[in-house]
Amino acid sequence: MAQSSNGTNNFKVVLLGEGCVGKTSILLRYIEDKFNEKHLSTLQATFLNKKLNINGKRINLSIWDTAGQERFHALGPIYYRNSNGAILVYDITDQYSFVKVKNWVKELKKMLGSDIVLAIAGNKIDLDHERAVSLEEATQYAEQVGAKHYHTSAKINEGVEELFLNLTRDMLERYESKKQTEVTRSSRVLVVDDEAPPPSSCCSSFMGA
Amino acid sequence: MASTSKDVPTSPSGHDNTDDDLEPGASYDSILNPTDSFEEFATEMNTSLERSRDLTKKSSTISEIQSEIGECSKELKETKSSDNLQNKDEAISASTSNSNLDENGEDTDNEDDYLKSPELVNKEKHVFILSSAGKPIYSRYGNEDKLAGVCGVIQALVSVVEEQNRDILRSIITKDCKAVFLVKGPLILVAVSKSNESETQLVLQLTYAFNQIVSVLTLTQLNRIFEQRRNYDLRRLLSGAERLIDNLLIFMEKDPAFLLGAVRCLPLPEKVRENITNAIISTCHKIRDLVFAILIAGNQLITLVRMKKYTLHPSDIHLLFNLVRSSESFKTAESWTPICLPKFDATGFLHGHVSYISEDCQACLLLLTVQRDAFYPLSQAKHTISDKLRRSNCLTAINDALNRSKDLPTTNPLKHIGIPEIRHFMYKCKSTAQLFTSDPICLDRLQDYRQRHKEGGDVVKKKVEKLSDIDYVRNYREFCSKMHCACSPAKLIFRSNSLDTVLAWITNGFELYVTFDPLMEKDQAIRAVDRLLRWIKNEEKRIFIMNAPTF
Ligand SMILES: Nc1nc2c(ncn2[C@@H]2O[C@H](COP(=O)(O)OP(=O)(O)OP(=O)(O)O)[C@@H](O)[C@H]2O)c(=O)[nH]1
Ligand SMILES: [Mg+2]
Repeated sequence: MAQSSNGTNNFKVVLLGEGCVGKTSILLRYIEDKFNEKHLSTLQATFLNKKLNINGKRINLSIWDTAGQERFHALGPIYYRNSNGAILVYDITDQYSFVKVKNWVKELKKMLGSDIVLAIAGNKIDLDHERAVSLEEATQYAEQVGAKHYHTSAKINEGVEELFLNLTRDMLERYESKKQTEVTRSSRVLVVDDEAPPPSSCCSSFMGA
Repeated sequence: MASTSKDVPTSPSGHDNTDDDLEPGASYDSILNPTDSFEEFATEMNTSLERSRDLTKKSSTISEIQSEIGECSKELKETKSSDNLQNKDEAISASTSNSNLDENGEDTDNEDDYLKSPELVNKEKHVFILSSAGKPIYSRYGNEDKLAGVCGVIQALVSVVEEQNRDILRSIITKDCKAVFLVKGPLILVAVSKSNESETQLVLQLTYAFNQIVSVLTLTQLNRIFEQRRNYDLRRLLSGAERLIDNLLIFMEKDPAFLLGAVRCLPLPEKVRENITNAIISTCHKIRDLVFAILIAGNQLITLVRMKKYTLHPSDIHLLFNLVRSSESFKTAESWTPICLPKFDATGFLHGHVSYISEDCQACLLLLTVQRDAFYPLSQAKHTISDKLRRSNCLTAINDALNRSKDLPTTNPLKHIGIPEIRHFMYKCKSTAQLFTSDPICLDRLQDYRQRHKEGGDVVKKKVEKLSDIDYVRNYREFCSKMHCACSPAKLIFRSNSLDTVLAWITNGFELYVTFDPLMEKDQAIRAVDRLLRWIKNEEKRIFIMNAPTF
């Protein structure tokens, strides 16, 4: 969950989707600005941290890149449980991978309710001429389940930065509005600014003197 | 089926354990299970027609550990529920796999032509894996989809011998080619080889390939799948793991560690290794569900800390090496992956936290636990360990060893030993299942082989001017199989000709293979071997792991 320790917001994000749709590629583009033509299927799940700044707020994204292979499906909950956001990736040239996205949405809604911010990414738009999932169908579906839809290409570096940035903004927004409601609900909330010096006690002022 | 060491009290440091009378590298405690791979082969060959389904019947080591730490019931329930999820998923994806088959159905007619294509012809060694119903699962070369016919023939051969003759098909030998068959559980594995590897060595490689599949799925799941659906297309569950089998096959041909059933250690000053081990123990001793902590670099073991009572089998470690080598990943990423170690417990998964120690040190740390959601505490532990190693300069020492820094005696052992007639040697200490060779195969060069292999794998008749370490190992294969021959094993072989002189020697404590200059005299060779053994004894604390630390 998003705990604020030393003023940094920590959000957990999970990448889900069928094998070979480009989850690892999207992440590799985002983190190291690289692209690999070869498909090296992720054999497991991979955990990475990325620090960024939004409106002067320090944010740490803890990102899980999961394997799309069927045999890892059962392990999904380990990675999406406690996530603040999920990126559901499909390959726009592969209709089945979009079906898979719908299944993930169903599973996430069932297990986590609406606690999680959903982003659906149609990847490989550089292959638009081979498109098999219509833009209309995809955006309509996204809207219907309360997810944002993005178009990305890890290959030509399109929409990747935007995807993570917007998702992070949404998570931040969700987190702050939730904090707000908690504050109004219980007026006796103690807001501790982590940047502030520790409350002075007689001991510490003695040491300081 | 777990490898349980008799709970010998371990002394914290290896010093007291070493003994001048012992063979070089031998110590009373071993982190590894000293089973010989050839002994295993013997068991393999003794399995009767009733296929070894009972493999899974023995009790599970993982549940034993879980009940010891009080995790049992919870974990079992979780596994059940995830199985359900998986079944549901199967129904969904069934449609795609069907369409896949249709697409390729038409190719079967052209299979005869395909078999003559350069993709398949003239390869030194083919490996095919199929289900006992004859469905293709894996082919080392070409596209297994187009090999349905070949797989059908293999299946027919195996089952005719089995059903009509109540016998087992082991091999078919032609003038320049061996086909070796291994039926294991619901799978049939076949190697068709023109290399100089013996039947035994080929069967061992097939066993490894089988274990690689088990490592991905567990034996329980593998058996269950085929009990439920004899016709199942296993490729669906294995997709992505073909790469592991590909790499394993290359690895096995090149690295003598497989030939000898031993593990190579990264040579390090004794003190450094001790510091590394202590950093791991002090960080991890409170993590109750941790079974093994293993640090490796360049296919060499740096240290292994284990839960009391449990040791690892070298072949399980080889599978871990293979996994790490095959997973290219982000430099800074941490992976969390289910791993089944077939010798440790073929029925269940351990869960592994796998990561490189730091961006500037290519040593990989594996933390293996029975707890499927222990990622975060283990991630924490990893960071603590890597900080400790950095502060104590261990990372520098590891890098020096990996880069084969010139100052180290183990970097160029032949030069350091100073016996010019010796061209190459490999030494295995049997009691600890550890290996040392004069010219460690380094990671980059293996990668190079992989490159070459992609287009190749063909039989080549080359005129060799200067032998590489891998050529030496190729030569040792024949000696090795004579030494281990089941009917009349040899203790000592000395062969001298105009190309080179080879001496192979097995005692109760070690196995040694040495290549000398051509036409050496026997007593001259034996004197040299004496000196060589003294050098190994002298350096043993650096080149071997001499203790068996536990958490
Ligand atoms: N043309 C094109 N190819 C892409 C793009 N993104 C990824 N690919 C290719 O698609 C293949 C699969 O990419 P990966 O990132 O490995 O896929 P993945 O979703 O991580 O797959 P798994 O780890 O098996 O689940 C690779 O060959 C990539 O080069 C893209 O935007 N455009
Ligand atoms: Mg991936």
